[in-house]
Amino acid sequence: MSGLADPGAARAHARAMGDTVVEAMPLLPPRADDLPAGVAPEDLLWEETIAAGGYASRRIARGTRLRLIDLRGDACASLLLFNADMPAERLNIADTVKVQWNAYPTTGSVLLSDMGRALASIETDEAGTHDAFCGASNRESNARRYGDGSNSGETPNARDRLLLGAAKHGLGRRDVHPCLNLFKGVRIALDGAVEPQIGPFAAGRALVLRAEMDLIVVLANCPHVRDERPWSVTPLRATAWRGPVAGQDDPIRNATPERRRAFLNTEDLYRR
Amino acid sequence: MTTHSQNAGDPHLAGLPGPVVHDEIVAARAPWRHRMAAGETLRVVDLDGNQAVDFLVYAAADDAERYSAQDTIARQGNIFLRTGSVLLSNEGRAMMTIAATSVDYHDTIGGACSCESNTLRYGHHTKAQHACVDNFLEANLHDGRAKRDIVSNVNFFMNVPVEADGALGIVDGISAPGMTVDLHAEMDVIVVVSNCPQINNPCNGFNPTPVRMIVTA
Repeated sequence: MSGLADPGAARAHARAMGDTVVEAMPLLPPRADDLPAGVAPEDLLWEETIAAGGYASRRIARGTRLRLIDLRGDACASLLLFNADMPAERLNIADTVKVQWNAYPTTGSVLLSDMGRALASIETDEAGTHDAFCGASNRESNARRYGDGSNSGETPNARDRLLLGAAKHGLGRRDVHPCLNLFKGVRIALDGAVEPQIGPFAAGRALVLRAEMDLIVVLANCPHVRDERPWSVTPLRATAWRGPVAGQDDPIRNATPERRRAFLNTEDLYRR
Repeated sequence: MTTHSQNAGDPHLAGLPGPVVHDEIVAARAPWRHRMAAGETLRVVDLDGNQAVDFLVYAAADDAERYSAQDTIARQGNIFLRTGSVLLSNEGRAMMTIAATSVDYHDTIGGACSCESNTLRYGHHTKAQHACVDNFLEANLHDGRAKRDIVSNVNFFMNVPVEADGALGIVDGISAPGMTVDLHAEMDVIVVVSNCPQINNPCNGFNPTPVRMIVTA
């Protein structure tokens, strides 16, 4: 017996937990003492540390900056992006690499939707080790590597975490699309071989995304599918703040003709 | 679409296991959809050479399970699809195996052309041109699938190298007239194809042509 036989005792027990602080949790209202110069504290929108093996999903507005920090050098942020107004439009990882003629998204890269629009841009990238090719681990791959991949177990898989994050916005199995893995990278050899860059890396590497559309962002933080070590992943910090929409003179927008046309398509969507 | 009768002297049938249960020419630029039972083999014939065949697979019993380019690449540790490559689903199960191919490798990173991505790659003057995503949509809508069911696909007979600096692009093909790929179905599947209509890059030699689909039991 726990000694909580009546609702009053159970309530007191529950309420006594309320001010507990752990590493992996959202801070409400959000607070952060390391916002970039020029960002006002009142523009902070989201401050959350996502657990090792955890996930998060959130709607963010066009212009919002989303900073991800690999706090201890061993996070793997699997990212899905949806047009919040019409989630059938979503990140298209094949178009992202093909249209920009480059396999390795980094600073200045644009994440493209399947409707030819700029969903988000990578404004800054201190990591440079990302992966557009290997996707999320799944229950089967985790079961093979760790003996179990279930959400209810100790070694959850990225696909099932993405499914839960997407489900909380009304989305389902048909919506979980090929993802972009941030902080864990791959390079492709000339013979096509995948060369994983698993780290662990220096602590504190940051990447800032700029939302070019109103987005649903889904993040899972599970070991990379090609990570051959025993289960190893560390917490991921997400911080978002309000920011201006990219202007006509934006250097990312104008860096290449393909990116400029992706922004033209996005601007056309918001011409309302 | 034309139906062919089996012909013992037909070079496209050489080496196929089992009796032919379906034989069809898919016209240039057209979609194709076909249900295959586990154990059947599909041979795709690149009749005139360097014709990209954009290819998706759905589990017949549960079409929310479908081909996953990323799972396939991660498991085999290579972006190129060759003889022996297993096409995996988004849930990590084997859907089809490349039992044989006369082409060195096939693509699965380049995705499908769409009216919208054409506006990025070539300019807004190409928006009205026919594209693979429209073929995928047409074929899928017949079964009640829709836009959310379109994911990164296979491109048979298409060549997308990645250079040392990360440069990536659709370049001249490495296929030739009469080259083939044979796919063994590991589960009951629905195959959805776009015989690529693209005319703005070398994937079809700037000239979309028919392909032949032969299924053996």
